[in-house]
Amino acid sequence: MPFEMRLEPIAEPSLARRLTPPALAIVASFVVAALLALIAGGNPFAVFGLIFKGAFGSKFALLETLNRATPLIFTGLAVSVAFRAKLWNIGAEAQFYAGAVMTVVLGTGMLTLPPMLMLPLLAVTAALAGALVLLIPALLKTRFGVDEVVTTLLFNFIFLLFVSYLLEGPLKDPMGMGWPKSARLIPEARLPRIVDGLRLHWGFALALISALALWVIDRKTTLGFEMRAVGQNAEAARFAGIPVTKVILKTALLSGGLAALGGYSEVAGLKGSLTQDISPGFGYTGIVVAMLALLNPLGVVLAAFFVAAIFVGADSMSRAIGVPSYLADIMLASALLLMVLAILLTKFRVRRG
Amino acid sequence: MDLLDILFSAAFWAATVRIASPLIFATMGELICERAGVLNLGIEGIMVAGAFAGWISVWAGLPLWGGVGVALLTGMAFGLLHSILSVPFGLSQHVVGVGITLFATSTTFYTYRVVLPEVSSPPKITAFQPVEIPFLADIPLIGPALFHQTPLTYAAFLLVALTAFVLYRTPLGLAVRAAGESPSAVSAQGLSVTAIRMGAVIVGSGFMAVGGAFLTMSAFDSFFFDMVGGRGWICIALVVFGAWKPGKALLGAILFAAFDALQIRLQQTGIGAIVPYQVFLMLPYILSILALVLMSRRAEVPAALMVPFNKGER
Repeated sequence: MPFEMRLEPIAEPSLARRLTPPALAIVASFVVAALLALIAGGNPFAVFGLIFKGAFGSKFALLETLNRATPLIFTGLAVSVAFRAKLWNIGAEAQFYAGAVMTVVLGTGMLTLPPMLMLPLLAVTAALAGALVLLIPALLKTRFGVDEVVTTLLFNFIFLLFVSYLLEGPLKDPMGMGWPKSARLIPEARLPRIVDGLRLHWGFALALISALALWVIDRKTTLGFEMRAVGQNAEAARFAGIPVTKVILKTALLSGGLAALGGYSEVAGLKGSLTQDISPGFGYTGIVVAMLALLNPLGVVLAAFFVAAIFVGADSMSRAIGVPSYLADIMLASALLLMVLAILLTKFRVRRG
Repeated sequence: MDLLDILFSAAFWAATVRIASPLIFATMGELICERAGVLNLGIEGIMVAGAFAGWISVWAGLPLWGGVGVALLTGMAFGLLHSILSVPFGLSQHVVGVGITLFATSTTFYTYRVVLPEVSSPPKITAFQPVEIPFLADIPLIGPALFHQTPLTYAAFLLVALTAFVLYRTPLGLAVRAAGESPSAVSAQGLSVTAIRMGAVIVGSGFMAVGGAFLTMSAFDSFFFDMVGGRGWICIALVVFGAWKPGKALLGAILFAAFDALQIRLQQTGIGAIVPYQVFLMLPYILSILALVLMSRRAEVPAALMVPFNKGER
């Protein structure tokens, strides 16, 4: 049996055992962070206390965490659906921007419809844009056998330069005082808040709905079954009559679309316009989110919430005592590595036992 | 004609060789890993770590070559981490590689902020200066391009020769190549595939870090957060373009660097006035993708690349 099979996250064991790897990884990443905080001259308990307070300490902090989790749910879902089918999409960053760009192109005055029509239309076009961006590397993979990791990574750089061109050229806000940013969306294109007075927009709800929808696709539909089969063993899937190429392309469309919805939600829900730095690496962080979630769509929601809390908390901690906020990035990178290791080690126990 | 003027200027070729140098180091590093059967996607982050480690050591008082040594060791440390996860544990090389890149990058940025908390612009060091090779430097065009460079550039070219020699002319190289082609045959000879692959990843990662250090210690004299800027990913494309052979990969790196040097110069010409500068900056990445597509039909990939080896399993 190929070694890779042991890494398959869909395990038979009990829920407790399945949750062991993420728990271990998170605990271990806290230990790493504690050591690093000590090096920087911070008391680890104070650091973690401040991170916790910064993420959950007030209504404002909690809403900030939920707002930060929203794009991460989308990119996390995008990565998890792709990785399940062993389509290594590292380009969620580019697809996220594709959705954001599309939202701004149509939403700043080119189209004026009532919000009931405008918002779904923008969501669909944004998702299409992201899907197309991932379709190119996916086609290069299925047609020419070009490794999609490298092409999706390279596309991130290409697309960010494209965004930079758009923001200094065609999409530049004439009222922006020379700043490279887009014009603001028209009111009809703005996602409203879920509850008046609370800074949380419908993008968050859309993220939850997407997670649920992906879970249904994954568990209840033929496509979900096919995607998992292709991910587990493409040769066997082909032998069983599954159209592998088609499944990979469908996966790519779904994955790119989800990441792009994140860009749409961020622009239409939170920011209202597009800037070059609208994503501080949401696409890359989506990989960590997806892995911590064991590639499970519902797990992605929890993982995104956790990751967002670390980021928001670390920002506020850093402002308070000066331990660099990059501590959050290190925690998450080490959690990712420890996670894949923990998955393997718990699987080993299963085998021997 | 603008273009001809550029192509026949010594400055252009000198720039080409300079731009190629970090790519050569990192491409050789990646090539060594992949020939042994391990795709090392940690390359981008390891280059960032190497760029920082070399520079900060020199800033702290080490001699330049001491800084190169620190960069090498830093890269090897991350390589050790990568290899433990990817070789004996056989974890997904994609996930481990991306994880190492994220880990190395964030650790570097964290360390930067801890060491230099209050600076707005990073301090400068006295970087490597060009050293002329007597007589050879006087050859027109080629002289200034090849023989008026910094010592690290000469080291990059030596590394290609050394890599080629070790891979093709020594038993060690044979073992490395076999580990990437047919690990079970290596194992049948009583050699440890695990040890060979781990060694290759550790050494290869060290060279990647030196490639990063070239940026802060030879090309520039300071460290910036985004200075590696995807060069690692480009080197992965260069390995494919070079069909996993050191000489061809070197050629690819030089060709690629020539395009890069050309696009910088074209930005200043009439074309640059019409075409947005972002298009020029995109070219290296687009070229890399094209190279991958063009070379994809050739079946020269090490047969066991990305296939974990587990003794006793078939």
